[in-house]
Amino acid sequence: MSTIPVSQPTTSHHAPIGVMGRLRIWKMIFATAFSERLVYRGDFALGTLMRFLPIITQIFLWWAIFDSIAQSGVISQEDAPGGASESVTIGGYGFREMVAYYLLTMIARAFSSMPGLASGIALQIREGEIKRYMIQPIDLIGFLLLNRVAHKCAYYAVAIAPFALVFYLCRDYFVDGFPPTHLFLCFLASLIMGFLIGFFLEAAIGMIGFWFLEVSSLLFLYMLFSFFLSGHMFPLPLLPDWIEPFVNFLPLKYLAYFPAAVFLGKIPEDELPMEMAIQAAWLVFFIVVCRFAYSRGVARYSGYGG
Amino acid sequence: MWSEINRYRRVFLTFAQNSLVRDMTFRTNFVIECLSSLGWTLMNVGFYLIIFEHTNSIGADSGWDREKFFLFLATTWFINSLVQAFFMPNAEEFSELIRTGGLDFALLKPIDTQFLISFRRVSWSSLANFGAGLVIAVVSLWQLATREIDPYVPSAMSFVLYVLFCGCGVAIMYSLMICLSATSIWLGRNQTLYNFWFYITNFSRYPMEIYNRGWGQPLYGLFTFVIPVLVVVNVPARLIARPVEPRGDSEWWLVGWALVATVLSVLASRWVFRTALGSYRSASS
Repeated sequence: MSTIPVSQPTTSHHAPIGVMGRLRIWKMIFATAFSERLVYRGDFALGTLMRFLPIITQIFLWWAIFDSIAQSGVISQEDAPGGASESVTIGGYGFREMVAYYLLTMIARAFSSMPGLASGIALQIREGEIKRYMIQPIDLIGFLLLNRVAHKCAYYAVAIAPFALVFYLCRDYFVDGFPPTHLFLCFLASLIMGFLIGFFLEAAIGMIGFWFLEVSSLLFLYMLFSFFLSGHMFPLPLLPDWIEPFVNFLPLKYLAYFPAAVFLGKIPEDELPMEMAIQAAWLVFFIVVCRFAYSRGVARYSGYGG
Repeated sequence: MWSEINRYRRVFLTFAQNSLVRDMTFRTNFVIECLSSLGWTLMNVGFYLIIFEHTNSIGADSGWDREKFFLFLATTWFINSLVQAFFMPNAEEFSELIRTGGLDFALLKPIDTQFLISFRRVSWSSLANFGAGLVIAVVSLWQLATREIDPYVPSAMSFVLYVLFCGCGVAIMYSLMICLSATSIWLGRNQTLYNFWFYITNFSRYPMEIYNRGWGQPLYGLFTFVIPVLVVVNVPARLIARPVEPRGDSEWWLVGWALVATVLSVLASRWVFRTALGSYRSASS
């Protein structure tokens, strides 16, 4: 029972490949993954368009809900009658903003969702494919990250058309129009950090595969929580007052709620820098957790046969 | 005739038994599957509880207040869990059979092919959600009966009609699913079947009144009359949540249409299935 010695690519005894060499490798990985993804572009575009169908039911559901609140005239304590553009708001969101919110979370999820990442890592561990990264001068996490970036880029290249179509059709729901430049930049930054948080968080869950061979049930649990608590299902301020602080403390909100709230100007300007800093801190935290889990996992790992 | 029905009953019972044996072989997996679908239920209940923190009803004057809407939710849960337990695994397998050519063996068996394809597997763990639906229904019926404003206890007649129309709902969903999976004979591969199914049935999860306005009216018409997914949950849920009498003509008209739609969709699914089989060319063997 001997574990395979790990050669870190940075400290490897092979001849150093230098910065240019590394860039060439990255470019190659990116290009391969990118073209691999574009094979199914027709299916892709159609699938993206279909993904907006549930938005239609959401629009009608919230339309009916806001109607009945407006008609009954009973507004619960924390829900104030809104301004000129929105007659009623709940949790700070009027009807149009609510729809805009759901549309924006679609963008946020397009960045932060990582289908198949954790289960893929666990599968590679179980089937022993992970050995490859221990003997070749390629770093597993870096390789997967580049792959994911390429997949996402291919996805956006195709999905931009259906997204543009739906956002054009729904332009009236964006009451305040386009946000000011600094908010938009924050929105972009939070999307990119959301992507990275999603990646390192799921990769870390996949690393649990070093300890337990089967992670699918754990993954399902994570997905349930992330669906509910990331704000994908509803804006987080709708939560009862005693739960909201806890949920705000969790990193899950950066996967869907936070970017959308930034775009809609729901985060007070004076709190925005702090919130962005907290998001960055969570990102660093998950990078460290992921790296640490990988190094501990590899130390634990035993490879047989081949 | 009776012996024939008896034969199908025995075959079905054997299928159900085999599936149960299979499920019980991996018992932990079975428990995890039950728990995860219950988790999904809890999440939905939580979502609607949050909504009803902010509003008294869904839709102005629609009558779907909290207790009644939870009865609606329970109905959705009953119908979906039955469809997922009995038909979903079979529809998925059907697409696979077509792709691999395994359908040849199903065609050779001395039994109706649609029956064989539709009932071969029973996913027992999906019935956990049926139990969850029961809990939601009992709690909301209790709250509906004991609340101070406008308490209501459904009559025995309501329950009989409710069960009957839940059955109709399951039949409509089954027909839709068979039609969708039969298309994989023409398309070869039908990976997005499950997605498409989810997106279509998504419309059936809310009271139909909410679509009947503005640009929702074409959708309302389409999903009531062409692809009748809106009547699936709405008709039984209205029957249990409101008194049988008095009701307007339009209400009875909808109930009648639900019956007609059930018969029509079962017949349509039969026709689509047979036509699709006609163009089946075996895969390899």
